[in-house]
Amino acid sequence: MATERQAPVPRKPVTIAPKVEYLSVLDEHGQADQTLDPQLDDDSLLRLYRTMLLTRRVDERAINLQRQGRMGTYGPTRGQEAAHIGPAFALERDDWCVQSFRETGACLLRGWPIQNVFLFWGGYEEANVVPQGINDTPIAVPVATQLLHAAGVAWAMKLKKHPKVVLGFVGDGGTSEGDFHEALNFAAVFDLPVVFVIQNNQWAISHPRRKQTRSETLAQKALAYGFDGVQVDGNDILATYVAGREAVDKARSGGGPTLIEAVTYRLGVHTTADDPTKYRSAEEVDRWVKRDPLTRFTKYLTDKGVLNDQTIAEIDADVLEEVKRGVEAYESIGQVDPLDVFAFTYAEMPPELVSQRDEFAAALERERRSAGQ
Amino acid sequence: MASLNMVKALNLALRQALTDDGDVVILGQDVGRDEGVFRVTEGLLAEFGSDRVIDTPLAEAAIVGCAVGMCLYGLKPVCEMQFSGFAYQAFHQIEGHVCRFRNRTRGRYTMPMVIRMPSGGGIRAIEHHSESREALYAHTPGLKMVMPSTPRNARALLAAAIADPDPVVFYEPKAVYRAFKEEVPDEPETLPIGKARVVAEGNDITLISFGAMMRPTIEAAEELAERHDISAELIDLLTLSPMDTETITGSIRKTGRAVIVHEGPRTCGVGAEVAARIAESALEYLEAPIRRVTCYDVHFPYFARERAFLPNAERIIHAAREAMDF
Repeated sequence: MATERQAPVPRKPVTIAPKVEYLSVLDEHGQADQTLDPQLDDDSLLRLYRTMLLTRRVDERAINLQRQGRMGTYGPTRGQEAAHIGPAFALERDDWCVQSFRETGACLLRGWPIQNVFLFWGGYEEANVVPQGINDTPIAVPVATQLLHAAGVAWAMKLKKHPKVVLGFVGDGGTSEGDFHEALNFAAVFDLPVVFVIQNNQWAISHPRRKQTRSETLAQKALAYGFDGVQVDGNDILATYVAGREAVDKARSGGGPTLIEAVTYRLGVHTTADDPTKYRSAEEVDRWVKRDPLTRFTKYLTDKGVLNDQTIAEIDADVLEEVKRGVEAYESIGQVDPLDVFAFTYAEMPPELVSQRDEFAAALERERRSAGQ
Repeated sequence: MASLNMVKALNLALRQALTDDGDVVILGQDVGRDEGVFRVTEGLLAEFGSDRVIDTPLAEAAIVGCAVGMCLYGLKPVCEMQFSGFAYQAFHQIEGHVCRFRNRTRGRYTMPMVIRMPSGGGIRAIEHHSESREALYAHTPGLKMVMPSTPRNARALLAAAIADPDPVVFYEPKAVYRAFKEEVPDEPETLPIGKARVVAEGNDITLISFGAMMRPTIEAAEELAERHDISAELIDLLTLSPMDTETITGSIRKTGRAVIVHEGPRTCGVGAEVAARIAESALEYLEAPIRRVTCYDVHFPYFARERAFLPNAERIIHAAREAMDF
């Protein structure tokens, strides 16, 4: 006897306080919504533009270096410049920026030397010696683990009563990792001054966003933890800045965390060891090329009179020169000492490590001598 | 001086650390209001407040991961994992970051944290509550791994661990928590991390152990002396990493025989490392094969079989006599 599915018993909606909203200011044609435009001054606009362009040129150069064998496998940021530079622009110098590995533009904005980018992908720990005065963490490889660090830094700021904020970045793939959820939960429970930014570039290597989670948006995941989510057009530098600014201000005034989902696109490869033609179409990429953050921002600035053809060319030439100097600085690192592997394991080398280091030094010496023969 | 059990001794170390250093923070599940499921953090929330003694949600990875962030910003977190068997949720943060930040950043960022965990069996607990995986942490570069055996050395080692600029995993032998009392000085006291202790001198054989297994090892040494005329030198490792090779091999050069006793599984256990170092540095002094008295390479049983399973004085005596008769 077939039983028909009964209509569900009537129930009342549960109203929850947190909300998720969408923000877009500058469309793909370079037109800004006048009511939402943050009206940044020309200096700020030019700084944002130059940083986005610098990021793009560093990116191109890095891929180039990798192809020539002068650098190892590299993770590009092409197409995502607005998604991470915008929120980072909302930070003060004393605030902290906690990156994953695709926030090159945020690092450059914060003052990281260009050569550190090349040094990291070139295989040198020297890349991670964060310059004094830059309050950032180095690249974090295990996906989403850095979000707990971001929460922890924010927690320490709060415990010490310092009015500072932390920005913690992650990708769409990272939102499936447990540490993402634990970080958001702790941030909410303890009202931590941390802003989480998801660079949703639609792809976790070959895994498309729609298969990563059933959530309609990533921003709404904040609701589960009790705070607001904001989904922004991640290719719109004005929107990503505005969302970042508001979230940072809210955190700084004790309002707790926010989750920003910057909807963007990974125009390039996951890393230079990846072949996206295996899992996505050229048509899809072309659709997103039309939404390039740099193209629309250039149009907006040109229409505003902040840029013209001549200044665009001058800035590009200046940026390329800066990149060139960065490559030179990177390649001037010369020979590094393999014995360094021991030096920073502990504050002070215990006896066993001293004897292992001696053994290694002797092995290196033998190998040097026999190579010399 | 006061006569304290290990729980009270650890509590003293924590209280003094919280008093002396405003950057020390305790975080863990049930450490504050409930004062810790073993009462190690008794009275600390009341005395220092919820900014110093923090009750967290049930999330081990977050406890340690947030502690990483706290270290980056200059705090000295003392994390508690409620039982060592539940630390694996946090293990990725430990292996991926806690033990690496100093090296990764060439000393720009360091991890002066302590992760305390009750470990080992002997209290008739259910599955996962009697674990001994100290070898995992001893095998991890950039970590220090410490395991006290008595109230006084627990207090001194915990104080040293909290002051240590490097991350320390601190295993507390839960079977010893309330097993006996010892005189512990009121004034601050530390022991150097990385030094083993010769608990008793002897000439015929060296018995090496740590944590809860020190007690059956001491019992065995006493019986070996009284009933079998065997003079055993007793070494308490205290620190598993960095291990004190010199004290161990110095003893073997005197006695020529070794029995290593620990709770964790035998294969690739701490005993294997001790044996390798003895073989590397004192082979010509050995009169007999090195013996290990350990738990077997099986999971710790449910507690109906626990008493039969744990290494005891009889097994240590048997191994020692075999070494003497070799």
